[in-house]
Amino acid sequence: MRVGIPTEVHPGEQRVAATPDTVRKLIKLGFEVSIQSGAGEGAKLTDEAYSDAGATVVSEVDALWRDSDIVLKVRSPETDPADGTDECNRLREGGWLISLIQPATNGPLVERLSTRKATVIALDQIPRISRAQKMDVLSSMANIAGYRAVIEAANHFGSFFSGQITAAGRTRPAQVMVIGAGVAGLAAIAAARGLGAEVRAFDVRLAAKEQVESLGARFLELEFPADEGGETAGGYAKIMSKEFIDAEMALFAEQAKEVDIIITTALIPGKKAPVLITKEMVDSMKRGSIVVDLAAEQGGNCGYTQPDRAIEVNGVTVLGYTDLTSRLATQSSQLFGSNLVNLLSDMTTDGVCAIDLEDEVVRKSLVLRDGVVTWPPPPDPLKAVAPPPTDEVPKPAPVETPAPKVDSKPSNMPSFVGALLGLGAIYVGLGDKGDFVAQLTVFVLACFVGWQVVWNVTAALHTPLMSVTNAISGIIIVGGMMQAGNASADQLAQILGAVAILVASINIAGGFLVTHRMLAMFRK
Amino acid sequence: MMTALSAAQLAVPYLIAGVLFIMSLGGLSTQESARRGNLYGIIGMFIAIVATFLHADVDINTLLIGSVAVGGVIGAVMAARVVMTGMPQLVAILHSFVGLAAVLVGISTYITLFAEGDFDTVHGIEVWLGVAIGAITFTGSVIAWAKLRGSMSGTPLLLPGRHFLNLAMLLATIGLAVPFLGAEASADGLIYLYIMTGVTCLMGVHLVMAIGGADMPVVVSLLNSYSGWAAAASGFLLSNNALIITGALVGSSGAILSYIMCEAMNRSIWNVVFGGFGTDSGGAPAPAAEGAQGEVTEIDTSSCANELLAAKRVIIVPGYGMAVARAQHMVNDLTRILRDQDIEVRYAIHPVAGRLPGHMNVLLAEAGVPYDIVLEMEEINDDFPKTDVVLVIGANDIVNPGAQTDTSSPIYGMPVLEAWKSGMVVIFKRGMGAGYAGVANPLFFHENSRMLFGNAGDTIAQLVSNLREG
Repeated sequence: MRVGIPTEVHPGEQRVAATPDTVRKLIKLGFEVSIQSGAGEGAKLTDEAYSDAGATVVSEVDALWRDSDIVLKVRSPETDPADGTDECNRLREGGWLISLIQPATNGPLVERLSTRKATVIALDQIPRISRAQKMDVLSSMANIAGYRAVIEAANHFGSFFSGQITAAGRTRPAQVMVIGAGVAGLAAIAAARGLGAEVRAFDVRLAAKEQVESLGARFLELEFPADEGGETAGGYAKIMSKEFIDAEMALFAEQAKEVDIIITTALIPGKKAPVLITKEMVDSMKRGSIVVDLAAEQGGNCGYTQPDRAIEVNGVTVLGYTDLTSRLATQSSQLFGSNLVNLLSDMTTDGVCAIDLEDEVVRKSLVLRDGVVTWPPPPDPLKAVAPPPTDEVPKPAPVETPAPKVDSKPSNMPSFVGALLGLGAIYVGLGDKGDFVAQLTVFVLACFVGWQVVWNVTAALHTPLMSVTNAISGIIIVGGMMQAGNASADQLAQILGAVAILVASINIAGGFLVTHRMLAMFRK
Repeated sequence: MMTALSAAQLAVPYLIAGVLFIMSLGGLSTQESARRGNLYGIIGMFIAIVATFLHADVDINTLLIGSVAVGGVIGAVMAARVVMTGMPQLVAILHSFVGLAAVLVGISTYITLFAEGDFDTVHGIEVWLGVAIGAITFTGSVIAWAKLRGSMSGTPLLLPGRHFLNLAMLLATIGLAVPFLGAEASADGLIYLYIMTGVTCLMGVHLVMAIGGADMPVVVSLLNSYSGWAAAASGFLLSNNALIITGALVGSSGAILSYIMCEAMNRSIWNVVFGGFGTDSGGAPAPAAEGAQGEVTEIDTSSCANELLAAKRVIIVPGYGMAVARAQHMVNDLTRILRDQDIEVRYAIHPVAGRLPGHMNVLLAEAGVPYDIVLEMEEINDDFPKTDVVLVIGANDIVNPGAQTDTSSPIYGMPVLEAWKSGMVVIFKRGMGAGYAGVANPLFFHENSRMLFGNAGDTIAQLVSNLREG
């Protein structure tokens, strides 16, 4: 099957749905790949690089769409400002399209695609289950947006992020507050920490606390009865009660006076973004402070936000850029492309790419099949079973590792000694053999000494320990010698003794030699 | 020529030999002093043998000299020829020799004692014990050897009513002692002794047959312990302190090693010996932990090479699979290349990795990996979060996060290496099969896990050549 990658037509869009690296992987999966000439320009990827990777570079946009079985795009189809054609009409009848779609808010688009008898997979509808994380473009893009938000803030900020003590005086570290500790928020925390800022973060989901703290930021908590887990079954934040919101706003108002930079990432899917940083809060901020609003596209978390613009009010800069991922186009394209490769790789069996409605990922994200609307998918009866998604940061449960008690000697020693002594008492009772008690003493003492000495043997030398104990237990040769060398003994006893000597000698020679061989190998 | 020594005079060299053996084991506490320790052992053995030659009751004859010479040559050849991956087999077969020697010494001493009229109940019990423990050690070790060598299947043989069978054999062993002790003539007593030897030999076979191949580290150390107790019993019989001391040392050593192994698997010794582990999952499918389902992400050697070159800290977790693929030399090449690039490479050794306590350390030492970068589980487990890439080579259960989180897992509570806490885990594996414990490993489905399928020897060779190019 032929996969086609057109140039993105949205003004200012620098990303592309495949890079030379992901093209190679697609070809490895058994696809043929065509790419529109200049598609990678925004991401600094040349046509030559694509053709070196094995893609066919097509200069004619209509030919590219027409000849492709599957079209991979970043943005949903729209009218090409260059010639006024709707991209939907470029899609071959019955062709496949995989891109961001937002079917909930893009009804007309779905209809237009339906008339093309298209099969459409919406990347934004891929379920947030752990298996699908590798295809989750929303996470990939959120990660980049969070990082870039910090870079944009640093660009507009008039001071260092890190605290420094210089010959010219001391600088304080920048104070950063991140609201919303989803993928974007966590990426922003990590980037700001990386630049040396002091970071505090807030999220309605208490589960985010551990993740925030793992990145070295402080988690802001509300003085509020915490019976509201602010997490929906889908893993996103839900709308909270009025009391909660009031407490939250009071916290932000207080924080706004202290911090230099606020990065907001609060989104509720399918709803207008909540205003968390009011105009009054912005007005109370220090001059030179920065607000970066990652929710600008959905109305913004800040009262002053204007989408796609940087504005300044009372010396505070409010950034409402919606193209943060495009501003890091090379990285975005690489991650986006890799997500697509992972998706296609899952849909492909034995070189054939097909729609499998049994596959939860495909079923949930399939919007159209041969022109028939299949979205929204039927509710999942097993919904309750699905584990809560873990965002990007895996949370291995902090289980107390049962530490092996190597240092402390096991406590069964007393019982062991007791058993020996009991055994000894029985023996003594059996007959009054003069040397016996003396031998028993030697035996018990030797057990003690052995116990102490062997615990000190380093674990790395346990194999040599076994071979050297093999060798020294060859001391049983002495018993054989007593018999074989006893001229007055029975012939059978002599022969048995000789065989004992033979096998014991094997042990002695073999054990010591192989120990020597092994120990000679241990080098620093 | 020195004059023959009396039994009392002999006590001194035997005591010296015993002390030297203790010093020998003491030397093994660090790698630096280990070679000296081995030398002490050799000196002690030399003193003991020379002293015995000088014993008044020992006539030096060709039979005696011949046996020592032949045995010595066989042992030397075995030791020189063994490959380091074959160490478990060698150790197992050497245990069987001690057991066999204990049986032979017991029987022959019985004959002699009876002939000289020195036989009494105490000696009788000592003979009985020495022979019984020796026989179990002998056949048990032979079976362990065959299983480790692969000439016998590693799957446990579980006869119906096997516990009853063991009990019956144990009771027979004890019961036969009564007519043995009461025998009027040595020929009568010998018959009971032979029967008992046969029963305990069978018992050794049956006990070890029922234990799975991967539990052999415990079995081998347990047999190590038995061989010591057998030697100690012979020492009591012969009133020989050198034998008693050595037997006690070896017995304790084996007991401690068994204890460490069991602790590392969070299982009791009874469970290992009588549990028939690894077979319960045969009927029902292994209880795959929730969250263990999902997709694995594959990686190829060139991407893996790039990840390694981009890393600052790397930990390698070797397992039995590395020994099987004999990949230790390749792994050392890999280590050297990375260390030349100033990348920190260390090894994390789980106590039960391999088929013998300390097996991995020996293999890595053979390949020339410096021992100071080879660390034990407790030393390194806290460092995984700071590590960029972990290479898991032929290991499975010892890196299973389910052991900490999944209470339904058969290996729950077993201490494991926390590889999943690192930046990326690359798992070298032949296929998606479960580990020895038959438990699904959720690590494979972690988002920071990458599978590199193939024979570890081939994939690591490929990886090394990728690193050389890159």
